[in-house]
Amino acid sequence: MASAREPLLAAHGVVKRFGHVQALQGADFTAYAGEVVALIGDNGAGKSTLVNVLSGVLAPDEGEVRVEGQAVRFGGPMDAQRHGLETVYQDLSLAPDLDAASNLYLGREVVRGGLLGRLGVLDRPAMRREAVRAFAELGVELNDVTAPVTTLSGGQRQSVAVARAVAFANKVIFMDEPTAALGVVQRARVLDTVRRVADRGICVVLISHNMPEVLSVSDRVEVLRLGRRVASFTAADTTIEELVGAMTGSLDEPARQNGSLRKAEDGR
Amino acid sequence: MTADSKEVRPAAAQQQDPPAPGGTRTAVPDWLRRAAGIGELWTFVILVVLVAFFTIAAPGKFFTQYDLTQIAVNAAIYLVLGVGMTFVIITAGIDLSIGSVLVLAAVAAGEYNIHHGGPDAGWGTVAVCVVIALAVGAGWGVLQGAVVATGKVPPLIVTLGGLGAALGIAELATGGQDPAGAAATHLQNSLGFGKVLGIPWLVVLAAVVTAVFGLVLGATRFGTHTLAIGSNPTAVRRAGVGVGRHLVTVYGLMGLLAGLGAVMWLASYGTTSIAGHSTDNLKVITAVVLGGTSLFGGRGSVLGTVIGVFIPAVLTTGLIVIGVQQYWQDVAVGVVLVAAVYVDQMRRKTREQA
Repeated sequence: MASAREPLLAAHGVVKRFGHVQALQGADFTAYAGEVVALIGDNGAGKSTLVNVLSGVLAPDEGEVRVEGQAVRFGGPMDAQRHGLETVYQDLSLAPDLDAASNLYLGREVVRGGLLGRLGVLDRPAMRREAVRAFAELGVELNDVTAPVTTLSGGQRQSVAVARAVAFANKVIFMDEPTAALGVVQRARVLDTVRRVADRGICVVLISHNMPEVLSVSDRVEVLRLGRRVASFTAADTTIEELVGAMTGSLDEPARQNGSLRKAEDGR
Repeated sequence: MTADSKEVRPAAAQQQDPPAPGGTRTAVPDWLRRAAGIGELWTFVILVVLVAFFTIAAPGKFFTQYDLTQIAVNAAIYLVLGVGMTFVIITAGIDLSIGSVLVLAAVAAGEYNIHHGGPDAGWGTVAVCVVIALAVGAGWGVLQGAVVATGKVPPLIVTLGGLGAALGIAELATGGQDPAGAAATHLQNSLGFGKVLGIPWLVVLAAVVTAVFGLVLGATRFGTHTLAIGSNPTAVRRAGVGVGRHLVTVYGLMGLLAGLGAVMWLASYGTTSIAGHSTDNLKVITAVVLGGTSLFGGRGSVLGTVIGVFIPAVLTTGLIVIGVQQYWQDVAVGVVLVAAVYVDQMRRKTREQA
């Protein structure tokens, strides 16, 4: 289904070394607009490294990253953000002593007009208004956007981080284990949010260890093993056993045959 | 940056009716809740209790205009230093060097003054001296900030080194003796002893500095980034803020205010007092922490520091007025300081467990 479209985000032959350790050994990645694509792999498979390369945190040693077909070289996360790529970090990357509104706008504060704005005077009412709207849109109940984030529950904090990414991303959102620290209800809510974000035409790249969750929420699944993409599945047509097999390599050959194999076309 | 958000937002607005403004907020005024939340309220209560106690204990003696003015003048320089220290501590840093930087700036300005007219120097010389003091302070602060920003040496050590080095340079330049004629009479008669509407210029200057920096911390992007860096520097870095540059600016401002403190000291006392500033750092840090600013960064306010500066000042004056040895002040402040940090720690723990 996807091959006819231009990938929104693609990586080809990405190599990243840390000293003698080669975390990525020519990894590929493809993501299309409006889909949820899960990136899975065993510990040490290179998931985090790949996402760090894709989101501009790390520069690849070899290989290239393309956004809408254009080769890009990110100088840092800000570069990626300028291209409309946002990340929800596993640690959430929030300033716990600041309120939700300030966290939503961290680094992108809204200033007032005129001279006051030139002096960096914040337009707090505007930021709070937008924050309330952003949270309402995600269905997040936040009684007080002026309370420090540290006083919020884990799920609410998660929501603040997700809301920030959603508010500013217009192409891709990376989510690193977004539900790892959440309870059942909150987990369902976050996954619901992921779905709704994708329906708006944004691509969500989900890193997760939770196989049922991966299958329930994503459209496609890409599997990394030992720094390479070993398989790519359509979520509806695969099973947990297949995914685990591809991750661990125990079902290496069958996995490659069943999955929509991409190894061949990477060589271009 | 803001344009981006506006492009994205309208789509959201159409999907869902925006909640009524204030609908999710409680009736308690915003500023009051924030004041209470930040932990400066209880220090303010302590200050009020102290003033009330001394007023009752020494009726007609403590709460006189003379005492208030004297308290304010004594506190003015510490207040200026404390304002800068508030920013530094909010970034989870510390600056031990301020007393030495003050001395170095005073010596630099004083030496220029001695060679350009001494006590009888004209207004031009006074102006140059002020610029020299501010520049030396800011320069030293920027230098320390640059080392802190590398992240290789903790601020405690950077500024401990700065403390020794700045004082050493000041002593090298003067041979360790306070030079005569360091301050011009013009400076002393204007900023030092002058008054406007009955309020000493020193107090007016300190009040203006406090107000400006208070607004910067509470209402501007710079202030928000200062708080955010103390709260989670990694998050701020990922958000694209130049954390290193920000730290250099914060330490630079601290130095600038130490330079201003030097000008105020010269104006007030007419001498560089090379040996008289070795405990400025501890007094100022005490005041900032008493004012509810967290030593662990991320939280604090300039208003709190104002209260923190006045508690020791009121204690000193009050104890003298009621005829108790003023050294009790040191004991009292020490106990309150430890209690303040204890409370801060407890509050932090309960919040994180919540």
